[in-house]
Amino acid sequence: MTCLDRSCAIRMENITKVFGSVVANNKVSLEINKGEILSLLGENGSGKTTLMNMLSGIYYPDDGQIYVNGEPVTIRSPKDAFDLGIGMIHQHFKLVDVFTAAENIALGLNEKGKLDKKAIAARVKEICDKYGFDVDPDQKVYDMSVSQKQTLEIVKVLYRGADVLILDEPTAVLTPQEANKLFAVMRNMKKDNKSIIIITHKLHEVMDISDRVAVLRKGEFVGALDTSKTNPQELTDMMVGHAVELNIDRPDPVDPQVRIMVENLTCYNSDGIKALDNVSFEARSGEILGIAGISGCGQKELLESIAGLQKTASGSSIKYIPAEGEEVQLVGMSPLKIARLGVALSFVPEDRLGMGLVGDLNIAANMLLKNYQSGSSPFTNKKSSKALAEDVVHQLDVKAPDVDKIPIRRLSGGNVQKVLVGREIAANPNVLMTAYAVRGLDINTSYAIYDLLNEQKKKGTAVIYVGEDLDVLLELCDRILVLCSGKVNGIVDGRSTTKEEVGLLMTNLVKEDE
Amino acid sequence: MTQLVSLIQAAVVFGTVILFGATGEIITEKSGNLNLGVPGIMYLGGIVGLMGAFAYESMATDPIPAVCLIISMVCALAAAALGGLIYSFLTITLRANQNVTGLTLTIFGSGFANFFGGSLNKLAGGVGQISVATTSSAFRANIPALAEMGFIGKALFSYGFMVYLAIIIAIACQYFLNKSRVGLNLRAVGENPATADAAGINVIKYKYLATCGGAAITGLGGLYYVMDYIKGTWANDGSIEKLGWLAVALVIFATWKPKNAIWGSYLFGVLFWLYFYIPDLTRSSQEIFKMLPYLVTIAVLIIVSLRKKKENQGPTALGLSYFREER
Repeated sequence: MTCLDRSCAIRMENITKVFGSVVANNKVSLEINKGEILSLLGENGSGKTTLMNMLSGIYYPDDGQIYVNGEPVTIRSPKDAFDLGIGMIHQHFKLVDVFTAAENIALGLNEKGKLDKKAIAARVKEICDKYGFDVDPDQKVYDMSVSQKQTLEIVKVLYRGADVLILDEPTAVLTPQEANKLFAVMRNMKKDNKSIIIITHKLHEVMDISDRVAVLRKGEFVGALDTSKTNPQELTDMMVGHAVELNIDRPDPVDPQVRIMVENLTCYNSDGIKALDNVSFEARSGEILGIAGISGCGQKELLESIAGLQKTASGSSIKYIPAEGEEVQLVGMSPLKIARLGVALSFVPEDRLGMGLVGDLNIAANMLLKNYQSGSSPFTNKKSSKALAEDVVHQLDVKAPDVDKIPIRRLSGGNVQKVLVGREIAANPNVLMTAYAVRGLDINTSYAIYDLLNEQKKKGTAVIYVGEDLDVLLELCDRILVLCSGKVNGIVDGRSTTKEEVGLLMTNLVKEDE
Repeated sequence: MTQLVSLIQAAVVFGTVILFGATGEIITEKSGNLNLGVPGIMYLGGIVGLMGAFAYESMATDPIPAVCLIISMVCALAAAALGGLIYSFLTITLRANQNVTGLTLTIFGSGFANFFGGSLNKLAGGVGQISVATTSSAFRANIPALAEMGFIGKALFSYGFMVYLAIIIAIACQYFLNKSRVGLNLRAVGENPATADAAGINVIKYKYLATCGGAAITGLGGLYYVMDYIKGTWANDGSIEKLGWLAVALVIFATWKPKNAIWGSYLFGVLFWLYFYIPDLTRSSQEIFKMLPYLVTIAVLIIVSLRKKKENQGPTALGLSYFREER
């Protein structure tokens, strides 16, 4: 389909962008009509955000041409994009925390005259009324919820008179109700003849909101379809290139023995609120124990207590029971002490680049962080970490130009996670804890991670898997512990339980006296 | 009463030097650049202003005060802005570490100034011989009718014009930062450059202009010190450096607000000279009093940190370089 007429809002032709030796976009051509919602679908690292960043002026294409309303244009900066009526709502909000909503909107406008906050507030209200938003111009951004910040971002773009809006995974941070509200607003904007591009992984959203779907794979354009003429299966096939086996492997546990015995674990978070309340459970070797719960119900504190990173209240007990030898009490120990006692504990934390890895260091140096204790020489052994890094990169198919030069934060999210999981598994753990191990990862990488966990399970490791996707928990885990407001609200068998049962346990606390 | 007047006068003169320094540094830091070269830039402004005035006075047979003023002002502003430009080029374009660059600039400025200060003295006939009498008296000129109006006149109107210029610049900066669109954009650059960039603000340009403009204001502090405080002479004694660091402390004390820097600078002046007016102090106990401005700054830091009010913190991106395609 070529659109030379004026109904075509944006046309991108043969766009190429290269970062170092990684080709992020290779000759991508894409178009969007006026009054249309286009979904941009693709796995992690398929180049969706990069492509849109070139439209919004954050990156400059190495090759190719962009047309707006049929005219060839050059977009060198976000300002150029605004001038052409293109506005992008980034995944990480571009807002100044200490500014009010109105100040954030006025930013960079360079209108003549004094900063007139009243005039801004009046126009904000006008936009809000038109599309159905709710924004208080005098509210400071640091007082806003995530959904309010997103609304502010959209209003900011509309305030600048944007006709083309790009939303980068807008629903990732929203509750289902908030997402529905957003979709309603998007439909209002569509009626107003605005063009909207929505980047997303979620197929049901694609089917729900968009008129057309464009699919990217590994930086290349696969095709564009009318949403009404396609189905999720076809889109998945286009996205991943080959059919993905939807069933997660679940081998039966062999000779499970208790490895970690948690009794009466109670702890408080930094605000002094009880994060875990009298939690007791056991994790067994050769078994995957799933932890389900609405986010912030004590999952983080639970794992960190076992890892020795969280202070626990008196009376708590976390025992490590090895296959041979005496049991060890882990409460009150630092991670270093735990490791010195010979407890092979591996932890893949939720915050990969904050707690798990050092973003500015290369892959090999990040490997060194785990094994610098080994050996007796005062000097570090870089050779062994480099060899380990190369092993991990090779075995887990990490996409990185090299292991000892590029800082790890420059890799995509999935590759960062592979490096982290690879490092933790390489330590031959007896207990492996993972928090949201597949968050933000594409389907293929997620399955690769599930396989790694199952491999550990077969080796006799006790695996604790904190997850958010119930379908995955139900297919992967042998037992599922459901946390609700810091309490264990039930431990169910992964093979016999249902989604409804777990969902109910997550949201409704079983009364203690029953 | 005379004692009080002379304390106020000493404090105002002292405060004016650091008020220029702090106001300039606030503008710089609001763009996210932590320029620790404040003492160096003051040195540059002071010595080059002096060199300009000296050259003119020794060439002209009958130097005109107004010309003296203009020449030394232009020289000081240009030299200080050039210092800011060096810093900007290294930290913004080459993305060098800001702390290291700033400290280097301080060392450079002090070396440059003391070298040429020594040379000027030699040209003038020996150590301590340099004097730019016409320029200095032009800087120190006041309106006699007002200055002699008893206590009020002495306390408020007995100073050279730069005392009032410092206040006007600080108020103008306060207004600029909080009420103008350009000021809003500048604050955004220092808080969150990626956001400012996405909003279509030219981050690099803002950083360059704020750093060079801030440095120019800072340089006026050095000029004022040389022309008014030590009356158009030069001494290689490192006192500008001491004042420069106090200006940096004043930025924190003022919680990055020029309006607070105004009264803060005079408070620092009072605290600094207090020892002179307290009887029976020995040389060693004097030093404890000279420490007061720093102690007050630490106290303010503690109080501000405890109150956890985001508006009183420094710019969020202070000290970090910005690169758009950083991932």
